[in-house]
Amino acid sequence: MAGNQEFYWRRLHSLLGVIPVGLFLTQHLVVNHFATKGEQAFNDAAHFMESLPFRIFLEVFVIYLPLLFHAIYGLYIAFTAKNNTSRFGFFRNWMFMLQRISGVITLVFVAWHVWETRLAAAFGAEVNFQMMEEILGSPFMFAFYVIGVISAIFHFANGLWSFFVSWGITVTPRSQLISTYVTIGLFVVLSIIGIRALVAFI
Amino acid sequence: MAENKTVRFIITRQDTPDSAPYEEEFVLPYRTNMNVISALMEIRRNPVNAKGEKTVPISWDMNCLEEVCGACSMVINGKPRQSCTALVDQLEQPIRLAPMKTFTVVRDLQVDRSRMFDSLKRVKAWIPIDGTYDLGPGPRMPEKKRQWAYELSKCMTCGVCLEACPNVNSKSDFIGPAPLSQVRLFNAHPTGEMNKAERLEAIMGDGGLANCGNSQNCVQSCPKGIPLTTSIAALNRDTSIQAFKNFFGSDQV
Repeated sequence: MAGNQEFYWRRLHSLLGVIPVGLFLTQHLVVNHFATKGEQAFNDAAHFMESLPFRIFLEVFVIYLPLLFHAIYGLYIAFTAKNNTSRFGFFRNWMFMLQRISGVITLVFVAWHVWETRLAAAFGAEVNFQMMEEILGSPFMFAFYVIGVISAIFHFANGLWSFFVSWGITVTPRSQLISTYVTIGLFVVLSIIGIRALVAFI
Repeated sequence: MAENKTVRFIITRQDTPDSAPYEEEFVLPYRTNMNVISALMEIRRNPVNAKGEKTVPISWDMNCLEEVCGACSMVINGKPRQSCTALVDQLEQPIRLAPMKTFTVVRDLQVDRSRMFDSLKRVKAWIPIDGTYDLGPGPRMPEKKRQWAYELSKCMTCGVCLEACPNVNSKSDFIGPAPLSQVRLFNAHPTGEMNKAERLEAIMGDGGLANCGNSQNCVQSCPKGIPLTTSIAALNRDTSIQAFKNFFGSDQV
């Protein structure tokens, strides 16, 4: 990094991962959950999100720019680590490695997912229940989506744990342990929401 | 029967900093209460490898022999630790010795830890009390705080935490946990506190605090049980506040 700005880039990376990217992920999973209430409910919810005013600005500043920065800087962080779980098999060291692996998987998944849905919409396709039904009809794509959704949720939940440490919120080992349990809970809850929505499309 | 008992060592050797490492095996007669250093001394006394060939004695660092200087750190059966307190009776055989590759290998098991001392200089891990006149006594330190700070002062710059950290490597310039925790120590001192901002700004530079990826291997590996990750999290809070002060301004030092 040029100059002496690494501290600020890292903190920005940590912040953007939670606000807005993590919040957007949660909101997206919750809206998807309408699929469990049937085709009409999902289409209404998707249409509402699509028809939000200033949509393109919301997308650029809440999703695209923060996500792009987080992804590109995150790749740089991931590839400067030398993982050593074989020599140091501690829980947090595994989480450290999984955070990097899940980040890369999520990036591949999100890139494909944006291409298949949002960019397709920009080229005239309609994003609705039927579109997802067709995508997830293929067992390969369904598996790809399950892996992608789970790794995105893991990356968010574990990243939230690191966020609390990186900003100096959880300092003592005890607070960090409790935050581990809380973020595991978040992982489980969001995973149930995410998988239920995926299953609803098939 | 007891006289025939032996100890096997497989040692990673390297002749110069740039040459390729290779392994050499040694079989030594067992003695009670043997530690890794006494075994290395035995090899030095009679430098013959397991094949019966005469070889060059192994080069390693040591000093205090009671786990307070940090000089004799090496990787023993995969774990970085001090060789003076590595008792042969407690180790699985063959005992594998290797240098801590995070550092430049000088020769065999001897590494150059000077990057750690450079980091201590960089983060100003001292208390400035020199002046052109007698500054008088400093503020008193509460006994309870002194006892707490003593735990942080146990750091012997041994390098085990850097060896264990996945973010300290040839691809990154992260200074590692040890010098960071020293910033917490000196910032906690009533006189050292007067230069708190200088040290925080030093660790907010490139290769500093923000490079920590929270793998927490350091705190698990530290031979002195220093709460390194608590130090890092506490410094994360201090630097958050410092960054806020720097940007928005503050009347507080």
